[in-house]
Amino acid sequence: MKMKKLAAAAVATLMVGAPAMAELVFPSLSYRTGPFAAGGIPYADGYADYFTLLNERDGGIGGVKVSVPECETAYNTEKGVECYESTKGMGALLYNPLSTGITYQLIPKATADDIPLYTPGYGRTSAANGNVFSHVFNFPANYWNGASAAVNYVLSLNNGSLEGKKITLLHFNGAYGKEPIPTLTKLAEKHGFEFNAIPVDYPGQEQKSQWLQIRREKPDYVLFWGWGVMNQVAIQEAANIRFPMENFIGVWWSGAEHDVTPAGAAANGYKAVAFHGVGSDYPVFDDIQKYVVDSGKAAGNGTNVGTVIYNRGVYAAMLVAEAARKAQEIHGTADITSSMMRDGLEQLEITDARMKELGMEGFGPAFSVSCENHGGPGTAAISQWDASAGKWSLITEFAPSDMDVIQPLIDADSAAYAAENNIAPQCK
Amino acid sequence: MPEQLLFAMEVTLNGLMAGVLYALVALGFVLIFKASGIFNFAQGMLVVFAAMTLVGVQQGQVPFAHLINTIFGTKVHDFGWTVPTFLAIIVAGAAMVFVAWIIEKYILHHLVGQPDIILFMATIGMWYFMHGFAPLMWGSEVMKLDVGLAQGLNDPVLNATEALFGYGFFLDNLDIVAAVIAAILVASLVLFSQYTKQGRAMRAVADDHQAALSVGISLRFIWVLVWSLAGVVALVAGIMWGSKSGVQISLAEVALKALPVLMLGGCTSIPGAIIGGLIIGVGEQLFEFAIGPLVGGATQAWFAYVLALIFLIFRPQGLFGEKIIERV
Repeated sequence: MKMKKLAAAAVATLMVGAPAMAELVFPSLSYRTGPFAAGGIPYADGYADYFTLLNERDGGIGGVKVSVPECETAYNTEKGVECYESTKGMGALLYNPLSTGITYQLIPKATADDIPLYTPGYGRTSAANGNVFSHVFNFPANYWNGASAAVNYVLSLNNGSLEGKKITLLHFNGAYGKEPIPTLTKLAEKHGFEFNAIPVDYPGQEQKSQWLQIRREKPDYVLFWGWGVMNQVAIQEAANIRFPMENFIGVWWSGAEHDVTPAGAAANGYKAVAFHGVGSDYPVFDDIQKYVVDSGKAAGNGTNVGTVIYNRGVYAAMLVAEAARKAQEIHGTADITSSMMRDGLEQLEITDARMKELGMEGFGPAFSVSCENHGGPGTAAISQWDASAGKWSLITEFAPSDMDVIQPLIDADSAAYAAENNIAPQCK
Repeated sequence: MPEQLLFAMEVTLNGLMAGVLYALVALGFVLIFKASGIFNFAQGMLVVFAAMTLVGVQQGQVPFAHLINTIFGTKVHDFGWTVPTFLAIIVAGAAMVFVAWIIEKYILHHLVGQPDIILFMATIGMWYFMHGFAPLMWGSEVMKLDVGLAQGLNDPVLNATEALFGYGFFLDNLDIVAAVIAAILVASLVLFSQYTKQGRAMRAVADDHQAALSVGISLRFIWVLVWSLAGVVALVAGIMWGSKSGVQISLAEVALKALPVLMLGGCTSIPGAIIGGLIIGVGEQLFEFAIGPLVGGATQAWFAYVLALIFLIFRPQGLFGEKIIERV
């Protein structure tokens, strides 16, 4: 009986105390279990650790602490939607669903709930059109930017001409993997290269026939849109058929340490498109080490700091935090709502000077978001794996993608979505 | 010789090799089904657990490190030593025997006499338990598996076919090793079941539990033995598949490749698993080569099941399965 009273008192105290503890709530739809956990864990760690850094070092954002409640999706779309429904009542300001499938499901829901979605480097590419997708933001780069960046890079290796060259896309046989096909088809027409796509079904553990086909057709370059075990198998199979690794270029979801290490030295020279910096040679990581890892507040065991996917989580969190700061500035209040957060995202401006202040100079591009452009600059660089050193390095600068080809595709796809859903243009 | 014919020959050869890898996984299912009538849904997770244990032991990783660190605030990760591959394989094999003992003692022992569907449901539970337990013990990272097996293009085959046909065939060294190991494994299992006391006891239990019990055969011992053998087969499959992709939880999905093999080869025949694997391997690779490009590709995932279903219509017990006749 005494215990019951104590428990009731504790619950009552928590309930009374809760409204007084204003927090900026950014739920993390993570996947630490299931077949894609190897990629989900470092991302979730990086995302959480950056907010922990802000709490520990700066006292939060604008004096308000940040809360990052995690909900496990196991990269499953239904679970992701359940996570959204179960956490939005906590005062969620923004969702970063970390899955293209979950993003597609949440676009209409989140828009109706006036909660913004942030999908950097994944999700629905045409959501870059803010005129149609008022609550979705996918800056600084999307899949079509990634495809264009890969082709631009290949162009640079071939003195600006791809006439007579053959490029193959090896891709996950689902929405994510098929995303770059329209862009690559258009780019093939523009630059005169031969393009074909070879799908791989989930999970991609067996890719023998695909790589035999590549061996027969002898493409000059293979672009790669994979995730999970498909990445490790593809890189090993490429090595097996002795495909030149430097001509094998993955998208940013196919270019992490755990993708290349199983193949060992054979993976040396493999490349991947990147939309942010690699490694830990930025002051922000020293702060993460000092305030988060060393003080025992890291989401993981700290070994992921500086790895590609961890960095992506940090970068996403930084941009979300900057947008929250902007929202506080616009609306003159530290305790912002999800609607205000949307405004902050739409008026976000990242300058080189600000990146330096944040300890991330050169980590990502300077850019600004607008009502019409939710996709940012669309810049990307190429990274390459050095197996002996065991690290990724950027081998190009961040460069713009071919918006002459991409923008009409974004306009067409978003116009079709607007027509299907009776969406009026939101920008005046 | 026409180019397309040469390509088809290369695809067939590689299909046979892929089939051997499928058969390695299917063998584990067959061993357990044959001796106990249990369709072991958890076989894919046994593959994962065996491979994770091998790499964990080999790399001197501390089991449950994340859990230990969370509870005690420590920062342990590994013991600071590595274990020779051969010794690590022995330890991983022993771990699989221990798992077999645990399964018998705490699950199967309590379900003796229950309908087959209950035993099947128990293995589904085991799958989910191990799906959480294996990463808890060894972590969720992709683990690099290196037991010294050669991988990549086999030069003698390449050169011989180049000289013979003017086109060098691709054949993966790892697939050749897998084929040799599978042949040794099958021969050993057949010899064991035919010529040893325990093997004969295993077959007796497979034929009739009650009759076997009545002549003094220990059902518990046989079940531990069979699950141990399936665990060792899982370890071999884990080594082969894990060498290609690294060891990770999605390795459990290879079980999906074994199901059509079982449907085709029969759930009770060791040679059936091999022949079924070869037919599925060649069938799906040739179909992808000939028809795949016409229908958008990626046909392997479903074609294997279509092929197995076609066989099933004409021979429900599979090619080598036992036809069960029940008299009233």
